[in-house]
Amino acid sequence: MPEPIIDPATFAALGDMAGPEFVRELVDTFLEEAPRMLAELHEAYAQYDVERFRRTAHSLKSNSNTFGATQLGIAARDLELGGLDSASPAALAALDADYARAVEALKALCDG
Amino acid sequence: MAERGCRLLVVDDNKVNRLLLSRSLELLGHRVATAENGVIALAKLQEDAYDLMLLDLEMPEMDGLQVLEHLSHDLKFRDLPVIVTSSLEGVAHVARCIELGADDYLYKPVNQVLLKARVGSSLEKKRLRDQQKELISRFATSEVAQDLEQSGFALGGRHVEASVMFCDIRGFTSLAESQPPEETIELLNTYYTLMFDAINGAGGVVNQMIGDGLMAIFGAPLSLADHRGSAVRAALDMIEMIELFNAEREAADKSPIRIGIGIASGALIAGYTGTQKRATYTCVGDIVNLAARLEAHTKVASRSILIDAATREALGDALKIESIGAVTFAGKSIAIDVYAVEAA
Repeated sequence: MPEPIIDPATFAALGDMAGPEFVRELVDTFLEEAPRMLAELHEAYAQYDVERFRRTAHSLKSNSNTFGATQLGIAARDLELGGLDSASPAALAALDADYARAVEALKALCDG
Repeated sequence: MAERGCRLLVVDDNKVNRLLLSRSLELLGHRVATAENGVIALAKLQEDAYDLMLLDLEMPEMDGLQVLEHLSHDLKFRDLPVIVTSSLEGVAHVARCIELGADDYLYKPVNQVLLKARVGSSLEKKRLRDQQKELISRFATSEVAQDLEQSGFALGGRHVEASVMFCDIRGFTSLAESQPPEETIELLNTYYTLMFDAINGAGGVVNQMIGDGLMAIFGAPLSLADHRGSAVRAALDMIEMIELFNAEREAADKSPIRIGIGIASGALIAGYTGTQKRATYTCVGDIVNLAARLEAHTKVASRSILIDAATREALGDALKIESIGAVTFAGKSIAIDVYAVEAA
């Protein structure tokens, strides 16, 4: 059985705690903010801005874990802890793909 | 006891984190303000009073560690509890935050149950500290309160040179019995307000109040160069204030009140006595006992202010002071020279 893109237990717990309406708003906020973070990550990589790269990956990891976006969280964490030097365009592309999948899954959960 | 309705500041550069943490805290019954980085957080702390701050570490402009360092240098914020919320991994960060004065550290995403427990505990500690400060400010001048805050609340005493004053209202019990209770409480409140003004104004500290009686110290916890002169000046002020108060009472068809004051000076041991949980600032020594005896003797001698020889020595000739001879107090083997100070 493949790993779910959004961990159902984490997402459900978030809804139980904060309320489903609030979680929808929070997801919307994430969907507004995350593309900016991804762009910043690419930019920091291109400009070799080590500190900004790490901080942005850190922020993305933190938000991913909030929603239970497990794979996205792991990918962001790898970039945070590995740092800019061990990152690659392929790793960034994989992160983008993880994000795209997480977006679809989150939207589906909110609409469902 | 669960604290609710407190004012909290959430500091996080990430909007999702900020919203979620604010929501979590609002659900616990608190009012929440937010800041996007350390600079904004410090500005908000200057503008408003907060009961607790939840602080992210990784932030642009000014990060969480810099905020903690800033706060640790500012006495005004020494009592502001800070809970660090971060998803930074490893214990080194946690240790550094605690070293810099953070109360606690919560990993993000923050678990709501843990959040409730930690926030509750920090607010309770803050409440107790506030209460402690409030109590101190009631019996101490602001300088003394600040000194105590800076030096901490270590139990344990030291030797000091100081003057001790006792004061009470003559015939208070029969007065209290002859009027409605609310009038008695009102009278006591006015009396204490006047006495505190006079004592604090002269650099003294009221450290005990029992019924209509009070004890004040001049020269501790902060040393006072002219503690004997200050104590006598305070006593004269007190008498004057009572005279003014009596004029008011007379106009309202009420009987005047009289107070007696005893002052003794010398070496004593001052410090906090009690337990870690409940302590009071007090003084121990022969002169404390002597001051109490002198105060009691004011009734016998029909004088308002009685002082001992050590206090008398420091006064010079500017005041009207009269020797009333040596008195042997109960329980004392030798007679003590007693002086009466008369209002000018």
